[in-house]
Amino acid sequence: MSSVQAHLPALQVVLPLLGSLFAGFVRREATGFALALAVSWTAAVISAVLLWQVLQGGPISYHLGGWPPPWGIEYRIDLLNAFVLLLVAWVGAVTMPFARRSVAFEVDEGRQGWFYCMYLLCLTGLLGITVTGDAFNAFVFLEISSLSTYVLIALGRDRRALLSAFQYLIMGTIGATFYVIGVGFLYLVTGSLNMVDIAQRLGSVPLEQTRAVAVAVAFLTVGISLKLALFPLHVWLPNAYAYAPSLATAFLAGTATKVAVYLLVRFFAVILAGSPAFGPLQLADVLLVLSIAAMFVASAIAVFETNLKRMLAYSSLAQIGYITLGIGIANQAGLTGAIVHLFNHAIMKAALFLVLGAVFYRIGSVKLHDLAGIGPKMPLTMAAFAVAGFALIGTPGTSGFVSKWYLAVGAFGHSGWLLVLLIVASSLIAVVYVGRVVEVVWFRPPSPLAETAREVPPSMLVPILVLAGATIWFGIDTRLTADLAGKAAAMLLAAVR
Amino acid sequence: MQAVQGFLDHYNYVVTIFLMVAGLYIVIARGNMVKKLIGLSIFQTSVYLLYIEPGKILGGTAPIIDPAFTVYSNPLPHVLILTAIVVGVATLALGLALVVRIHEAYGTIEEDEIFEKDGDT
Repeated sequence: MSSVQAHLPALQVVLPLLGSLFAGFVRREATGFALALAVSWTAAVISAVLLWQVLQGGPISYHLGGWPPPWGIEYRIDLLNAFVLLLVAWVGAVTMPFARRSVAFEVDEGRQGWFYCMYLLCLTGLLGITVTGDAFNAFVFLEISSLSTYVLIALGRDRRALLSAFQYLIMGTIGATFYVIGVGFLYLVTGSLNMVDIAQRLGSVPLEQTRAVAVAVAFLTVGISLKLALFPLHVWLPNAYAYAPSLATAFLAGTATKVAVYLLVRFFAVILAGSPAFGPLQLADVLLVLSIAAMFVASAIAVFETNLKRMLAYSSLAQIGYITLGIGIANQAGLTGAIVHLFNHAIMKAALFLVLGAVFYRIGSVKLHDLAGIGPKMPLTMAAFAVAGFALIGTPGTSGFVSKWYLAVGAFGHSGWLLVLLIVASSLIAVVYVGRVVEVVWFRPPSPLAETAREVPPSMLVPILVLAGATIWFGIDTRLTADLAGKAAAMLLAAVR
Repeated sequence: MQAVQGFLDHYNYVVTIFLMVAGLYIVIARGNMVKKLIGLSIFQTSVYLLYIEPGKILGGTAPIIDPAFTVYSNPLPHVLILTAIVVGVATLALGLALVVRIHEAYGTIEEDEIFEKDGDT
């Protein structure tokens, strides 16, 4: 047992990888689903054990193949990535039971086996990025997750899914290539790929080479920002989310952009810990401006969007703006807010997209006017939508309030009332677009399509209710989210100072 | 004179950066999806050069320890780029496969014609 426990960091990644291979060989829908379910649940258990181990004994360093770092690839798990691992694995585990009916309904027969194969590969990549302590290894996992994501999106039935997948492929590859260029410059300057080692070696970089480091930071920031869809590098996201199969959208909205955010935080921490001289780069200011633009522009577009999947996609862009805002603020409360919001937003957005998946399963549309009056027909599902929607706004008693509270406190400490007012104002726009849907769904006479709707079966309903319940739970009990995020933020800031 | 000297000393980097920018330009400027993918490929290939060039040290030998040699070239960039090439090939293959499917669905691979056909997006 203890020998298995020692290899948990590797198993976290290897199990989904093997599962994906197997699902690819078998290519049967039922086997694929069983595998995906078993693997996601195992991965969720492993992530919980890893977090527990980190809490008990501090950071875990796992040497792949027994090669010690910095020569070999190191999997390094501290509080921050243990937390992100937990998020990714559990979003996957909770949404998976939803997949069976949803995928059978939305993906062509004969391709459903591939869906599970690609889903597991994507899970491998996302967990890999999070767990690894090696900059180049992270690139490989980034591409594993991205390539499988393109396929997941292209599996949608609408022909526009193909187009969105292609556009995402172009943007995503440019992003990943920028990332490699950035890592290449860091390697040229420091001669190392291990992130901890890079941070240490950056401290002794001669002054005339700091320009190369600045170039590396620029490439890394732009590359990762493309992946996390920071405004204005977001154009791939709305269509990709809108035309992908519902389960893929829910899973990706909950995990893919969040892992990219994690990578950004990690690199900022590495670079800043290594050479504090990067304060004058004013990266944080750029991040603040873009985040605020995202919060307002994307929210405003969401208000006028009638395809609800696209509406939620734009809302995601705005919420990513809140997370990057917290990173830009970069004080204890702001960073805590960013990490908590990364977690909370993943859960609420997964819940919202699952609700749309359930609606699509019943009436075959996610257009706002088709959903009129569907509330009383699917009461539990639409109640979950309302709860998660209120969390999106940041209503007290929901998880969204907790994260926005920390962000507001951080913003106040950073530059006073102005930023706080901006956060509140952009949340008010969320009231409009969430409120509009709630009003149409509950208080309008049913549309012809909504007449025929009824509650979805338990395998789809339970994941929705669990996620919606979690948004309330984490709004009241913040021991898991805010306390851990606070510790992780303190750890990052201590390393930087 | 110094500028010329600097240019000649680093001509390999100049070539790399030219390929990088040219590739990126093709991706942005062309509406034909296959041409876009070719541009993307050139862009990625330039990064292979960026990694491999500094790995070579003038007068360095293969990294096999031998008392007769003291200067070795760095083998790690080659290994990294082998991985990156695999990633690049996979991306290109997937991109071309998507283009085939797009051609089946729309009857064209010109981006502006496709946007016209989809009207509402």
